[in-house]
Order: sequence, then C-alpha cells, then structure tokens
Amino acid sequence: MDWRRPTSWLTSTASALALAAFLSSGTVLMAQDTASPSGLGRPPTTAELRDGLVGPDGADLPAGRGTAAEGAVVYERRGCGTCHGPTGTEGPSIALVGGEVTSFSNYWPISHWPFAPSIWDYIHRVMPYDRPGILTDDETYAVTAFLLYRNGIILEDTVMDADSLPQVEMPHVADYTAPARWTPDTRRGFRILPTP
Amino acid sequence: MSTTRSGRRRFLRQSAAVAGAVASPVGLGLAAASANTAAPTFIDSNSVESVLYGRRSRFVTTTREIEGRSHSPRPQIRPSPQRPSARTPLGELVGTITPTSLHFTTQHYYGIPDINPAEHSLMIEGLVDRPLVFTMDELRRFPFVSRVHFLECIGNRPNPRATTVTGTHGRMGCSEWTGVPLSVLLREVGLKNDASWIIAESADRGRHTKSVPIAKALDDVLVAFGQNGEPVRPDHGFPLRLVVPGFEGIYNVKWLSRLKVVDQAYLSFQEHSRFLTPNPKTQRDSYDFGPSSVITQPSGSQELPERGPYVISGLAWSGAGVVSRVEVSTDGGQTYQEAELVGPVLPKAHTRFQLPWTWDGDEAVLQSRCLDERGQLQPTEAEYASYWNLTRGQLYGTIQSQLGHCNWIQPWKVGSNGKVANGLAPTDVVVDVHG
Repeated sequence: MDWRRPTSWLTSTASALALAAFLSSGTVLMAQDTASPSGLGRPPTTAELRDGLVGPDGADLPAGRGTAAEGAVVYERRGCGTCHGPTGTEGPSIALVGGEVTSFSNYWPISHWPFAPSIWDYIHRVMPYDRPGILTDDETYAVTAFLLYRNGIILEDTVMDADSLPQVEMPHVADYTAPARWTPDTRRGFRILPTP
Repeated sequence: MSTTRSGRRRFLRQSAAVAGAVASPVGLGLAAASANTAAPTFIDSNSVESVLYGRRSRFVTTTREIEGRSHSPRPQIRPSPQRPSARTPLGELVGTITPTSLHFTTQHYYGIPDINPAEHSLMIEGLVDRPLVFTMDELRRFPFVSRVHFLECIGNRPNPRATTVTGTHGRMGCSEWTGVPLSVLLREVGLKNDASWIIAESADRGRHTKSVPIAKALDDVLVAFGQNGEPVRPDHGFPLRLVVPGFEGIYNVKWLSRLKVVDQAYLSFQEHSRFLTPNPKTQRDSYDFGPSSVITQPSGSQELPERGPYVISGLAWSGAGVVSRVEVSTDGGQTYQEAELVGPVLPKAHTRFQLPWTWDGDEAVLQSRCLDERGQLQPTEAEYASYWNLTRGQLYGTIQSQLGHCNWIQPWKVGSNGKVANGLAPTDVVVDVHG
C-alpha cells in the first residue's frame, strides 16, 4: 500500500470501505512499512486527529449541522453573553455582531472575516473563554449560524453544515489578499546601497 | 483604601524605574546612586538559595516594564483576559544576549499555561506521508542546533510620546535558542507534493495559530526547547516553542503542540489584521523584519552628568541576515560616522555597536542607521512614510499591526543640561495598542 498516492487505492470501493472501518476503529493510522527515518515518534490516534484545525475553505470540517434558532439557545446556555453581551454587541469583550474596521482595530469583527469556516474553527477550538473546547460539533454549527444570521449574512432558516458553511459568501471577502510568496531572498523594498 | 495602596505602589515602581534609568548614563541600573530609591531588600549572597540558583547584586534592580494593558489595577469581570505582557529594559542592558528574566513577553488573552513536559507532545499531521507524535524525550534524541536570534513584536515603533528606549523598542530581545531544525522533523513525516504552508498551533487555552510558508519552515525554523542554556521559560513557551528567525514575533508560536501541513495559509484570529489591511502596500511586509537599529545609551530619560568622553552604543538587527554596517550621527542625520560592531555579528541577531564620542556641552541629536547584508538601508521617518505612501499622522495614528514593521530611525536629543529626550517631533495622536 502506497500512502503517498492515495488515489491509487481509493479507486477501489472495497478499499475505501476497509479504510473507513480502519479509521473508525480508533486504532493507529500508520502501516508497518512507513516507519520514519529515525524510528522515533508514534502515529496519532484518530481521537488526536479529530478536533483539529479547519481550513478557510472548509477543509476538515466534521459532520454535524445547526441553525440560527438552535444557535440562539447555545449562545444563551453556554454563557457567550457573559463576555460578548446579550445580543453580541454590548461587550465587554469583542462585539460579535456588527462592528467596523478602523485604524485602531487589532481584531476584525467577524462580519469582516473573509471565510465563514474560520469562524467555526475559532469558536470550536477556543470558545467559550472559560471552558474552551466543550462545544459539540452541532453546537458549533448552530452558534456559527446564529452569528452569521445576526450579522445579516445568512437567512434565519439556513442550515449550516460541512457543505453549506464553505458556500457562505462573506461580505468583505474582496478585501482579502492572499499572502505573497516568501523566498529567502525577498527584498523588503527599502533603499538599497552597495554592501561594503 | 486598596485603590490608594495600589496607586502608591505604582508610583513607587515608576519612581524606581526612572531613578534606575537616570542614575547613570551608562545605564546599568545601579539604583543605589539615587536618593529617591527605596533601600534594597537584603539579599544574602552566601545563602543556600543564592548558591543553588544564583542571584544578582542587591544594588542591581533592573526589571521588565509591565505593558499598560496588563495587570490592570481595576477589578475586571470574570472570566477576564489575562495578559501578563512586559517589555525589555533595553537602556539598562549591555552586550547582545537579553537575560531571560528580562526578555520581553507578549501574551494574548489566555495567560501562561502550566505544562508538565512529561505529558506534552508535538503532533505533525496533514499533507505528510506519516503523521507522527513526538514526546519531549523523543525530541531530545534528535541532533540539535543552537542559534542566536532576535525576537521582536511588531508592536515596536519609534514614537514621539515614548520617554525611553524601552518605550520605543522594548518589545524585543535576543537569545541563544537550542532545538531541532524543523526541516529534520519534516523529513521524519515526509512532505507530500502539495505541501505549501505549515500551521503551527499552541497548547494554551487560546490555541494561537500562525501560518508559516513551507520555504521558511525548510530554511531555518527551529523547534526549540532551550533558551540561553536552560529550558525555555513558561512565559516563553515551556516546554516547546517555534523559533522563526527574523520573522514577526507572532510566528514564534509558544507551547507548541501541533504542526499541520496544508496547501494554503489559514486565517486565524491573529492573522486577519495582516491579510485584510486597509493599506495593501503593507501587505507584502508581513514576514521578516527590515534593517533596524537604535541607540540605547545615551537614550531617553538618561542623563550625561558632565561634558567629556562617552561611548554611544546601541543595537542593530535585520530579519534579512547579518548587519553589515552601522552609522551614527550626532547632528540629527546631517552627517554620519561608521560605528564599530562589537560582536559577535550573527545573522538575524542583535548586533552591538559603539562609537566613542566627546560631549562638548552643546545640544546634540544622536541617531543610528543600519545597513544589512542585502544592502537594505534603515529609513528615516520621512523616507518610511513616503515609501509606504502614508502621512505622518497615519504613522502614529494607526495601530502597529496594520502598519507592518516600523523600522524608521529613532533620534535622541541631548539637551545642554545633559538630559536626554525623544528627538522625534511631537505629534497630536499616538495610537499604541499592544496585543
């Protein structure tokens, strides 16, 4: 089995089913023939790989779903309003609804985030402040839907899941510029003098 | 009552800091020279404690300077953001290595975690052939390197309101870092063809993440467990941190627990202000620091007691590599003389410079500029503003994280009374928001 070319073994349905069974078994992910050069380290468990980072394009979003109505309940039950205010505008922490970017802004209001899955990712890993990581996947979809709805970005009854969340068009996506490529000799543009 | 007490403590601390700074133009923090300083606590240099883990002289009282938004004296709601951030007292240090206890620290919201290294591990996953988890013991079994590098927060900015060099440049330090090159660990897991970014994640409750270009990760990034010969301290990422030489401080992820290899930059909470900046010209500027330098002695709030011989000295550094030359002006930039690089002169590290100078008792404006190995020259304030097409008001009225690297020249003005003050022209508005 060549782990570097996944397409070669995923073409077979039988292999895909075997892989699915393997992944859900909670066992380790590494085959015997892929040892690291040093032999040090162990393969992560499926539990360790779960709850990882989610890409801005929705890469690695898990299964689950939620709506704004459900999110309103989560917002209340998980105490989000303690820091962000009852309607997400009162603070004392960062406003979650509305807000503009000014020359003072260090953190962008979520309505200015360019990609909706990043909101899911941050809430899921880091919130709530006093007990980060306690939100289930469904709760995270729900509270994300609630905040997107309250910011006027989605309709109240739009279901958020791994398919629909990456489709959400954020209002300020056009302001985003992908970072430029970096190379070891990229110059920074200041006046260049001959080196002594 | 408690408010009064804490107000008085604050006052005493400020007095002590100022007294330490003005006690001597050499700026070594010899506090005993000032009558305003409270009597130092008695420290027995012969005690077991002092012998087991050495202590400095009771006459040396230099401390870090706590950031304005840290440790607020006002009661805060719970849960409340914890930001124990502090600056390096640059005006009172010598050489190039920042003592770890005095090295600046910037914390964002979640405070410093208490991590047991026996339970800590580093997972490398994503676009790799073999995702792997390494314990701290296993990481110590790889060949390691030790490299001296500066670490700077983009919050550093020459600023007309700052009274000391700690105020203008205190959000930086320089350490010897020991660890495993990230390129070694990436060979262990094997990169897939489309691997182009690495997302580094912290184990603190805020789970800070930062996107690092794969070219940099394979170049000189370290997974560091040592700082200045000891395990990395908790406020610097114990037991494991990323060191990304020459890049903005925020890339150097502390309490490192996960590296995910991916095909695009992720946009974490801390990254938006750089990728969505209102001024697209600063966009390209968000990786390595440009050429920079600052005079630390004599610098703001210090004092020359009499005319006569002195040494003008300071630090120069560049994210591009080695500092090639430092020039010092004593007439506000009309003429420059080449300073001596005291050494060691190392790439992406603080480099100490000095120039002997005789003060004749007249007003003088002292400033330095750095030329790096790429031939990049440190700009003046006006050159910087013109290059990035910003007004002077925008330079100081915009939060640093939207500006990029504020590496313009910092002048210090020596008055005819010997007192040293900020030499930048005053400005109405200064936005100085940190973290």
